Amino acid sequence: MSHYESPIRKPLVTGDKSYHDVTLDVVRSVEGQANKSWWVAFSIALIAFLWGLGCIVYTVSEGIGTWGLNKTIGWAWDITNFVWWVGIGHAGTLISAVLLLFRQKWRMAINRSAEAMTIFAVVQAGLFPIIHMGRPWLAYWVLPIPNQYGSLWVNFNSPLLWDVFAISTYLSVSLVFWWTGLLPDFAMIRDRAVKPFQKHIYGILAFGWSGRAKDWQRFEEVSLVLAGLATPLVLSVHTIVSFDFATSVIPGWHTTIFPPYFVAGAVFSGFAMVNTLLIIMRKVSNLENYITIQHIELMNIVIMITGSIVGVAYITELFMAWYSGVEYEQYAFLNRATGPYAWAYWSMMTCNVFSPQLMWFPKLRRSIMFSFFISIVVNIGMWFERFVIIVTSLHRDYMPSAWTMFSPTFVDIGIFVGTIGFFFVLFLLYSRTFPVIAQAEVKSILKASGEKFKKIRAEKGDDAKLYVEPKQEPLPDFSAQFNSKSNS
Amino acid sequence: MASKSLHAIFTDDDILMQAVKALREKKYSIKEVFCPFPVHGLDKAMGLSHTRLAITSFLYGLVGLAVATWMMDFIMIEDWPQNIGGKPSFSYIENMPAFVPIMFEMTVFFAAHLMVITFYMRSKLWPFKKSENPDVRTTDDKFLMEISVNENNVQAIAEVLHENGASEIKLIDNK
Repeated sequence: MSHYESPIRKPLVTGDKSYHDVTLDVVRSVEGQANKSWWVAFSIALIAFLWGLGCIVYTVSEGIGTWGLNKTIGWAWDITNFVWWVGIGHAGTLISAVLLLFRQKWRMAINRSAEAMTIFAVVQAGLFPIIHMGRPWLAYWVLPIPNQYGSLWVNFNSPLLWDVFAISTYLSVSLVFWWTGLLPDFAMIRDRAVKPFQKHIYGILAFGWSGRAKDWQRFEEVSLVLAGLATPLVLSVHTIVSFDFATSVIPGWHTTIFPPYFVAGAVFSGFAMVNTLLIIMRKVSNLENYITIQHIELMNIVIMITGSIVGVAYITELFMAWYSGVEYEQYAFLNRATGPYAWAYWSMMTCNVFSPQLMWFPKLRRSIMFSFFISIVVNIGMWFERFVIIVTSLHRDYMPSAWTMFSPTFVDIGIFVGTIGFFFVLFLLYSRTFPVIAQAEVKSILKASGEKFKKIRAEKGDDAKLYVEPKQEPLPDFSAQFNSKSNS
Repeated sequence: MASKSLHAIFTDDDILMQAVKALREKKYSIKEVFCPFPVHGLDKAMGLSHTRLAITSFLYGLVGLAVATWMMDFIMIEDWPQNIGGKPSFSYIENMPAFVPIMFEMTVFFAAHLMVITFYMRSKLWPFKKSENPDVRTTDDKFLMEISVNENNVQAIAEVLHENGASEIKLIDNK
């Protein structure tokens, strides 16, 4: 069949890959044994997770006073980490949903892992709204459940309640989106499995997927509609998270720029985290033919663009503070740049505004080492962004008599470290048990974007045959078979 | 007499598409095609009607919006119309901006989840469902076409399949 693909496009799947090669490359990490470095990484992550769990238990049983919060600063590391994790989670949906709507074929190789990252990051984020409560055992009171208090309801004016709806919708929709996409890949592992236990488990996970033409038609429609729903969802979720601050009366928080600016920051930090994870994964799982330099470069370009949007937002905030003529607002920004937390502000500025601009240089954005380094820098910068917004706005506001400082305790730090550990525990387990590349999707672009097939078209034109004629046996006499079988 | 089917295996999606077109031209109806990945245009070539899942999603979204509106109007305006931070609670519309985030989220929640559940039900997918692809290779790199046959046309259909590049053809008793 003729197919036109511009010769300007570089192949997305390198190496002479056939459909079967894709299968083998994807199942290798699932069917093989974990090596020593996986166990080392897993043990470190598990220890960090258990340490964090200990800190959580300590907080809940002893009280929030074990944290570094005070009467002025009621939110610090807890909400910083919450917003940071939610932000990281957003890239997964961006990659699977927004890039699907824009028909970006390069998403195919990275969307599975990016969505896994979303789910695991949102799980981490979801811990903080619970554990930062003074009485987390009453957390179910945030739900509007009929009760024996008359019924006593919740107040739907609060962005913290909107958060409950936003995060739970986001997590659950992302989960079904991810899972539905996994069905054909689980089915592939199920059908290849030789050990009965594996076959049974993947049989359950694959929900009996058989790959009928009608199933695929519905599958694609469901993916498209979910992408169409997930895109406004991802924008709304971080918007609602930004409302936690933007709807307040605190100078430095009360801004209308927060919703888009937080979303841009979320995409920025999320793509950085995807880059961090995938640069390692392509190496350890031997997926360099699927996650190519081109994928990394494109992610770097997204980081560069969203980093620039974040930069524009910073400058806009500074301009508006000056332009507003409100002393409190002006002081809030003066305090950020020159106050006791200037170090945090300037490290945020350096990491978020300066570092992504280096991606304008093709040499740098095509370098794996450099991309890895910048992706870490961006995540540090985005953590500081949330910290700066939250803490510097709170520690000095309207009444100078309430001015104070904040420093975290080991419990604050321990819980954060614990969530990083938990995240990696989940991600490492995922990378050994789940098909980390959406093989069905990669197979569907293989002929259009595979190196082998692009070469054939370059040599023989767009109408070239992209398949090998199968070896055929001579046709048996089915009429005879038909009768003999029905008689027997 | 038990009915029978021909199972033809194809090694490539392009060959499969040619065979589908050839069979449709000769007015033979294809019972089923099993593919390892979505072959674009296959549903059209087979003559499958378009799925209505997107329409159901739209309707579910309306349900979600209605539930959210009804819930918040009842709780905030009808049941306990309290003064919380000076927010007007006299009518829904007055305090509507504060209800938008949850109206939006619930619309998406209902539209997404109920459509996915509808998909799972329509396509008969659930955790302990047994898979129904007749050949395990169809989730890897082979394509399987299933055609109902009878005594008169079995050889004719097999010939069309053979001419159009089927690499294996088998006669199977329908269960």
